[in-house]
Amino acid sequence: MLIALFADIHANRQAFEACLARARNQGAQRIVLLGDYVGYGGDPEWTVDTVMGLVEKGAMAVQGNHDSAIGNLYEKLNPRAQIAIEWTRGVLGASQRQFLASLPLTLKDGDRLYVHAEASRPKSWIYVTSATEAAASFLATRALVTFGGHTHQPALYSVSETSRVTAFTPVEGIAIPLLPKRRWLAVVGAVGQPRDGNPAASYAMLDSHRQELTYFRVPYDVEKAAAEIRKNNLPPWFAQRLLVGQ
Amino acid sequence: MVKPLHEPGIVIDSFRLDEIVHSGGMATIWRVSQSDVATPMLMKVPKIGEGADPAAVVGYEMEQMILPRLNGPHVPKFIAIGDLAVQPYVVMERIDGSTLLSRLPELPLPYVEIAQIGAKVATALHDIHRQHVVHLDVKPSNIILRPNGQAVLLDFGLSHHNQLPDLMKEEFRVPFGTAPYVSPEQLRGIRSDPRSDIFALGVLLYFFSTGMRPFGDSETLYGMRRRLWRDPIPPRALRDDYPAWLQEVVLRCLEIDPAWRYPTAAQVAFDLSHPTKVKLTARSERLRRDGIGTVLRRRFNTDITAPNSETASAAQLSSAPIVVVAIDLGEESATTNEALRTAARQILTILPSARLACLNVRRVKRIALDNTLDEAGHNLQIDRLVSLRHWAEPLKLNEPRLTVHVLEAVDPASAILEFAQSNGVDQILIGARHSSLMRKLLGSVSAKVAAEAACTVTVVRPARAAVVDKET
Repeated sequence: MLIALFADIHANRQAFEACLARARNQGAQRIVLLGDYVGYGGDPEWTVDTVMGLVEKGAMAVQGNHDSAIGNLYEKLNPRAQIAIEWTRGVLGASQRQFLASLPLTLKDGDRLYVHAEASRPKSWIYVTSATEAAASFLATRALVTFGGHTHQPALYSVSETSRVTAFTPVEGIAIPLLPKRRWLAVVGAVGQPRDGNPAASYAMLDSHRQELTYFRVPYDVEKAAAEIRKNNLPPWFAQRLLVGQ
Repeated sequence: MVKPLHEPGIVIDSFRLDEIVHSGGMATIWRVSQSDVATPMLMKVPKIGEGADPAAVVGYEMEQMILPRLNGPHVPKFIAIGDLAVQPYVVMERIDGSTLLSRLPELPLPYVEIAQIGAKVATALHDIHRQHVVHLDVKPSNIILRPNGQAVLLDFGLSHHNQLPDLMKEEFRVPFGTAPYVSPEQLRGIRSDPRSDIFALGVLLYFFSTGMRPFGDSETLYGMRRRLWRDPIPPRALRDDYPAWLQEVVLRCLEIDPAWRYPTAAQVAFDLSHPTKVKLTARSERLRRDGIGTVLRRRFNTDITAPNSETASAAQLSSAPIVVVAIDLGEESATTNEALRTAARQILTILPSARLACLNVRRVKRIALDNTLDEAGHNLQIDRLVSLRHWAEPLKLNEPRLTVHVLEAVDPASAILEFAQSNGVDQILIGARHSSLMRKLLGSVSAKVAAEAACTVTVVRPARAAVVDKET
């Protein structure tokens, strides 16, 4: 089965549409959504509606910290991100807000685990940016492959039987065999706000039969997504960073 | 895990085990067969039971990832893989012949043969480097020559693939490899530099031509680390008749700093295939090792000896291409040749490590035995070499970056293609034929080269005046 995995869409309609279209062309049979559907971007309503529609048709979705912040006043975000959340609260209707609040923090799917940030304490929204955080996650779950987002940078970690953790920055379009003797943690990168210097939207595709994972980058209409942010008078840096992928 | 029982006659996933070929610390190698398949095959079964070397497990994982992704004549063809959780194995093509290890009793080998072997190995290395792999365990027992002479590299258990996770690097902080062949940068934890394979090839060439290993065979970490500051005894100090060009090539491969070595294995192959074109630097004249002052400076220069962070050098491979310029020396080609020179200059400006090989093909008659050694023929050859140099003169290239070659062939396109193939050429510049009448009569050389070359081909045409519209 081909499973398409998307994280950190952040209300970026143009990026999400481009990724969905590419994944469908590739024959994706299941869609997994790894959280942070809102925040930063200018199209939260369309994005949440789309996510709700996908979930209705069988997609699996977990909650991200920005999604949680919509209904939870105690969720702490950085001050600029907080501005976007406050604006988003005033855009989303009750059913949309309720949908975001009701999402689970983690989901199990066979030998796979889906979580927005880090598996040992999903509610603490820890950034997995090195082997150290990856090691904590590996200790917390027996899942063969854990998928997450949150850092906005694609990465792949593995742990061997001797408990050594390896870190790797994936190369676009190159299938990586997820060898069976180890366990894996895949950070799929951000659809709606990449921060690795490459503005193209990022997602990953798992071939669960061959057990191979491929990371993809999709160019999209960044100008339009940036214009949507400016139009709603959100912090201008949110528009600028899309252009440079930071 | 079920302990596998291996004995001749047993069938694993349709492969019948015939006999044990080799049994080492990391793996057992079987000759295997399949009822409906004629290809000779080997099965490598890693030793990964309890108490086994963890390197055997990781080495198997790396080979399992890398071997299926490699193509071409310089690696054994990948056939099948067993599930590591059930029955781990890799099945690959069995190559006829024995490894270079079998030549050890004959050392030192004749210089000409060493150059031939070295060029073949360098060509094979360049081929895997282009496929994103650094071998990192180049040594006689990992090299086989096919019956047609092509070198095949074996055992990718220690290799690095720059598009896949490097499990070896994370699992073991100590450098892995074969002590006499390990490069200085590997000792500092760098596993991604293709020039590490060039160093190992230098060790092999030194060993095969002198019978001595340049850095001994100490397996202690200190013993290995000495190569970070101590240069080997120059081969010419060991053998009186040692050719200067071979010492130049060998010592350049063995430079401590990768940046001082050949930038690509293709350039090593090129020099070993054209000994008379090797530029003889001070390296070729050396008769003793570096003085104590130099050695001490290197010994206590922490830039050299400290563990280094990774420097991505796959890019360096494409920055040092070999570019062929095919030049027609006929009178009517002057403007085309001018355009070719401009195109060549542009490439050399962008890529300062590029090498230029200027080719001219002398057509020989199809049937008559051309006696190229007669006086006139010889002079013609010299004339053409002089003309090629004259063409290249405005580019102001010094010796190692410029070589000139006059080939003799019935079919110029085939000769250019063959030269490109055997020298690992990255790009061919060739002029478009000027007159369409000539093209009709003789066929277009550039079209054939462009269609059949395995590398980039640029067809260069001088700017033409706009065609005047005939209908008024």
